[in-house]
Amino acid sequence: MTRVFLAGLLLIFSAQGGKSEQFRMAVTTSFHNSGLSELLLPKIKSDTGIDVQLLVVGTGQALRLAKAGDVDAILVHSRAAEEAFVRQGYASHRREIMYNDFVLVGPSDDPAGVANVTTANAGLTAIALTRMDFISRGDDSGTHKTETGLWADAGLDPDGFGAWYKSVGAGMGAALNTASALGAYVLTDRASWLNFGNRGDLELLFSGDPALFNQYAYLPVSAERHPHVRATRAARVEDWLTSPASQKMIDGYTIAGQKLFVFNAQP
Amino acid sequence: MGDLWLGIWQACVLVASADADLIEISLRSLQVTLTALVLASFLAFPLAALLTVRRFRSRRLVIAVLNALMGLPPVVVGLLVYVLLSRAGPFGVLGLLFTPTAMIIAQVIIIVPLIASVAHQSLRDLWHDYHDLLISLNVTQWQKMRTLLWDARRALLTAALAGFGRAMGEVGAIMIVGGNIDHATRVLTTAIALETGRGDFALALALGFVLIAMTVLINLAIHWLGRTEREGRW
Repeated sequence: MTRVFLAGLLLIFSAQGGKSEQFRMAVTTSFHNSGLSELLLPKIKSDTGIDVQLLVVGTGQALRLAKAGDVDAILVHSRAAEEAFVRQGYASHRREIMYNDFVLVGPSDDPAGVANVTTANAGLTAIALTRMDFISRGDDSGTHKTETGLWADAGLDPDGFGAWYKSVGAGMGAALNTASALGAYVLTDRASWLNFGNRGDLELLFSGDPALFNQYAYLPVSAERHPHVRATRAARVEDWLTSPASQKMIDGYTIAGQKLFVFNAQP
Repeated sequence: MGDLWLGIWQACVLVASADADLIEISLRSLQVTLTALVLASFLAFPLAALLTVRRFRSRRLVIAVLNALMGLPPVVVGLLVYVLLSRAGPFGVLGLLFTPTAMIIAQVIIIVPLIASVAHQSLRDLWHDYHDLLISLNVTQWQKMRTLLWDARRALLTAALAGFGRAMGEVGAIMIVGGNIDHATRVLTTAIALETGRGDFALALALGFVLIAMTVLINLAIHWLGRTEREGRW
């Protein structure tokens, strides 16, 4: 019987293996929650032989990981932070891949009247005036940076808001769970929203303002700063992401009949 | 309530269909935790025995600190290991961050104080009984430690199982140092956190039930192998 147990242990420890070309990429929670990565990664592996390992974090943390050289590339969505990153020499360049948009989600009875406004700016102002619960990511992610940018455009400062403004400091899914439980408003990217399973009373109330445009970009970590990064693989992944095969998959990805991303990489 | 039943149902379906992903992450959970447990036991048991038989000036302080470290916050351990293993940190060249090895290192740090403290308690009681005999036989320090460890083996098993339980259910540290990478460092607890984030509570619960069932099964298996609770011995 001890032998059976030992054989079991051996099985457990031999389960690891299967070496292939590894490559680490930090991506935003919103990209991963969309479910697109589960289609793209196996295709990248079969086309290029590269086994892309995803670290799902906020844009802020992705940039930190890349800065320390702990990942080989990042796929994020916060233009100003990305451009500063390239300027500081941490990434060799920034390549736009695709975009989708942010949407305002809230309780279906919509006490702040967000569904009737015409701009994101007016929507947020309505929430602030009625002091309805609003969930903020509060984690320095791309979505959070967009949200703080929108408040600034509306001439409002979240630091002065009362208890109705709840900064949860968590990923998109956790923020949506909180909003669903509290019946609160929240800014989310469309992909995460469509893929979210615990909507409760939440509804999509506002979308379509150009200010809610959400561009995703690919940044390979600079090999000059971190000689150990797998720069050639990063280049091959970039070539694949900007290829017609990638375009076909990204443009063809739908959830419940809705198209999630638009491919816009320049060849 | 609906999610709960759905979770139980989904757990049964996952297990019955031998879901490939489920098997993979369950095996990785076991691999990481059992490796950490073996390493931690090799560190903690001799340490506990040494603290029992050896008298030195700061002994009480060491024991007090060890007891306090049982409550070591996993998130802090995770962060410390992360900072040390990051490419920008002192051990960055080893490239261990976001590998199962990094997760094992974090778990060893978390459970060594727990195993050593629990083991030390029972060794101290045994030492009280054995002290005069072993002294009169004039055995070496090393022989004393070996005798204590062997005769307290059942109590040490309990100490090891406590460590196993803590390591198996741990999520804060391994999320930080492992990164929850699919097919590389994803284990049951981090998968549960991920599915909760996606709002798929039923699947998260299903994975939770699988984790609990596995912990119970492993405990039973070890008790059975150690032949405790048998032959009229309690």
